[in-house]
Amino acid sequence: MKTLIDRALNKVQMGGAQYTDIRIVDNHTESIRVKNGVVESLNSSESIGFGIRVLVDGAWGFSSSHDLTPEEIERVSQQSLVIARASARVPGEPVDLGPPVNWRGSYMTPVGIDPFKVSLEEKLDVLLAADREMGRVETVKIRQGNLVFVREKKWFANTESALTEQTLMETGGGIIATAVAESEVQTRSYPTSFGRQQVTAGWEVVSEWDFPGNAERIANEACALLTADSCPADTITTVILGGDQVALQVHESCGHPIELDRVFGSEVAYAGTSFLTLDKLGHLRYGSDQVNITADSVRPLGLGTFGWDDEGVPAQSAPIVENGRFVGYLMSRETASRLGKVSNGCMRASSWNRIPLIRMTNVSLEPGAWDLEDLIGDSDSGIYMETNRSWSIDDKCYNFQFGTEMGYEIKNGKLGRMLRNCTYTGITPDFWNSCDGVCNLKHWTMWGTPNCGKGQPSQIAHTGHGAAPARFRNIRVGVYKQ
Amino acid sequence: MLGRKKTENICKDILRRAGSDPIEVLLVFEDQSLTRFANNAIHQNVAERNATLIVRLLRGKRIGLATSNRLDGRGLDKLVSRARANAQASLEDPDYPGLPGPAEYKHVEAFDPHTAQCSPEARAGAVGSLCRLASEKGLNGSGTFSTATHEIAVANSRGLFAYYVRTGADFQTVIMSEDSSGREHDSGFRVDDIPIESLFREAIKKAEDARHPREIASGDYTVVLTPHATEDLLNMLNYYGMGAQSLLEGRSWMNDRMGVKAMSNLISIRDDGLDPEGVPVPFDFEGVPKERVDIVSRGVVTSPVHDRITGRKMDRTSTGHALLPTQRSLEPMATNLFMAPGSSSIQEMIRSTRRGLYINRFWYTRLVHPRDCVITGMTRDGLFMVKDGELAYPVKNLRFTQSYVEALANVDRVGRDTRLLTNEFGGYAARVPALRINEFCFTGSTV
Repeated sequence: MKTLIDRALNKVQMGGAQYTDIRIVDNHTESIRVKNGVVESLNSSESIGFGIRVLVDGAWGFSSSHDLTPEEIERVSQQSLVIARASARVPGEPVDLGPPVNWRGSYMTPVGIDPFKVSLEEKLDVLLAADREMGRVETVKIRQGNLVFVREKKWFANTESALTEQTLMETGGGIIATAVAESEVQTRSYPTSFGRQQVTAGWEVVSEWDFPGNAERIANEACALLTADSCPADTITTVILGGDQVALQVHESCGHPIELDRVFGSEVAYAGTSFLTLDKLGHLRYGSDQVNITADSVRPLGLGTFGWDDEGVPAQSAPIVENGRFVGYLMSRETASRLGKVSNGCMRASSWNRIPLIRMTNVSLEPGAWDLEDLIGDSDSGIYMETNRSWSIDDKCYNFQFGTEMGYEIKNGKLGRMLRNCTYTGITPDFWNSCDGVCNLKHWTMWGTPNCGKGQPSQIAHTGHGAAPARFRNIRVGVYKQ
Repeated sequence: MLGRKKTENICKDILRRAGSDPIEVLLVFEDQSLTRFANNAIHQNVAERNATLIVRLLRGKRIGLATSNRLDGRGLDKLVSRARANAQASLEDPDYPGLPGPAEYKHVEAFDPHTAQCSPEARAGAVGSLCRLASEKGLNGSGTFSTATHEIAVANSRGLFAYYVRTGADFQTVIMSEDSSGREHDSGFRVDDIPIESLFREAIKKAEDARHPREIASGDYTVVLTPHATEDLLNMLNYYGMGAQSLLEGRSWMNDRMGVKAMSNLISIRDDGLDPEGVPVPFDFEGVPKERVDIVSRGVVTSPVHDRITGRKMDRTSTGHALLPTQRSLEPMATNLFMAPGSSSIQEMIRSTRRGLYINRFWYTRLVHPRDCVITGMTRDGLFMVKDGELAYPVKNLRFTQSYVEALANVDRVGRDTRLLTNEFGGYAARVPALRINEFCFTGSTV
């Protein structure tokens, strides 16, 4: 790899680039899907290639290829220069990358058991055992389970002498029970929705998740939801969100608006901008004093945990919201220097064929002091909601609406009747300022979001979100007329 | 480009490696380039060359899949051996009907050499003119201008070989002022067919007209949708129920509506991969020829689309709507949708509206409930109050929560002009008109 890397960097520098970096990525993914006792898909995927990013006359160019040969390195190097020179015909602000980045070293995700060394039979056994357990509940019409394992080797080098090598490992999985009645469809997922929970770890987490042990429970819940009472219509009440729903709330209403490229307008054509404009940094009361949010790339299990980002900046931790006050953005080298700061290592590309963009690492709500039982016990009335079913937020990450798979009425400090089709809506800073309780570390989980879309061409990022259940006051629920 | 001959040789190399095991090969080879601009400057400018090989290998009724982007001999060896190992570990699949046999394909015109050769300089030249225009007006121009070549081949050990090459071009722009925005978008397989400058000027006009928006209350409104907004209705109805698998499982909006007049008699929806007015494609990812499917005819729900698995389950043949072998969980899906045009212009729709909203685009739409296809989302990039037949003033964006089936039941005018649009994730195109819909439900506002 070193020879190919040197060839590319030399070629591009000789062609007049001010700065160049190259990433070579070799990704292996194994995915298994079981549906109603049938192996629907058992796929082993390999994707290898390289991408060269160059800065010429103050403008960026990027070219990439799957063909890792010296001849193709030459072609792609040349093409990246041509593209950058074309960009320079429509220039913007001069690019300043700030201080040089020249870290060297290697990193590997710590894993207990390498999932690629576990037999396919053993993996299938887990999913089929869960399928059988869900099958005990007759009304469940669709039983699904999946496992995903990722091993990605990544080499990064730039013309400032950085050279890093990383092996990142991920393990994901989940089960889903869908019950169908005459005009109603209800789904329960475990450990969370969108198919799976996913973390940077090995096979050991699959046994911790215990799919077979949770399968019949979610199947029964899906059936019970078919005839449960509907979420009260258009009501203002207290809401306690389960940890996995808080994680997605953090992702959408904090993780995205703190991306500094959105603030600078780079994503206007697709994802949008951000209500967290520069004048709000250090001043805005984003949430109540219960709200502390951190962006890090060092916490165990997080999908945003790595050695260096895709600009070669080392993994680190940065405060985003401190006791409710908005204090930090996710930054790249280029955007950080515009603020007179240095990057906090948030540039990530989905693969070799995409440029790095500012992406969430692990954006987490820090644990509070409450036990969940006490938080419910402290609530006279309201609704407990868990596991996301629907999510939507506007292009400034300001106006949102979420739906959850399941809810329970809270009455006199206790969970009461089950509620279906729960929805809630709000305005981001109003919502977080209404937070008056976050559960403690015992209830805190590092959730994975392996489906975060951004950029053109589209990129899917894997992000982490530590979260525990939390309480919010005066929230509008039941938006959906039933 | 690889070309037909080289593509066929790669497929044969893989079939040979499978020996006596039945096998199917899907090869996609792509050259894609995209120039992205924001703040009236090019800030991202990228190119990609990639191959995707997906093989489906059968050991009896057990199926193994493997995917790779390596075309070298060692890569092909590994690809086949991984698929074989997966098939050996798998269980029998009672639903899979086996590999299809050879078929005849209709020729479709979807390749334009000029688009295939479109250079970074050409894209930058066009974008530069636009950015200067926005800058002169004190506006902030952003968008993408992309061109691509896609080669798609399907081959299997029963002698099927299908090959197709197409180009694609897409232009999207969002123009922003301090308190407003406007957007335009157009796609096609010939880059020269996309009227970039007029789209850009139209987006500028929308952004200027949308300045100083007023706040209004949520509630039910008559709405006039541009084709951009209409496309979202079609896309979501497709994703959540036009495929036969969701109908079989009881989670489609089509359930309980088959043969029923569920929409306005002005609404007809079909999928037709062979229609040159769309993004034509002769076959699906199993190599099955594309068929026209009338999904909704004059408001009556008539048919879902099928792949070979659902076709067998419902005692009919595939309509050519299989997705990638690795996307089986997404079921068959329509990929070339058309909503039949009507007789109104957008201006006539506005002129005949006493009170309503003119909506340029929907954003971040997500399913709230499947059986009625209830969707929530926001308006974006141009929202206007219509009063007494005129655009009265711009308004601040609203959130809606609305059944899309019910919305199409409440259509009383359909536009005579249509726009071809690809969705944000590609691989799907729809040609759609403007619509006027009564009682569209808005559930929240942004102050």
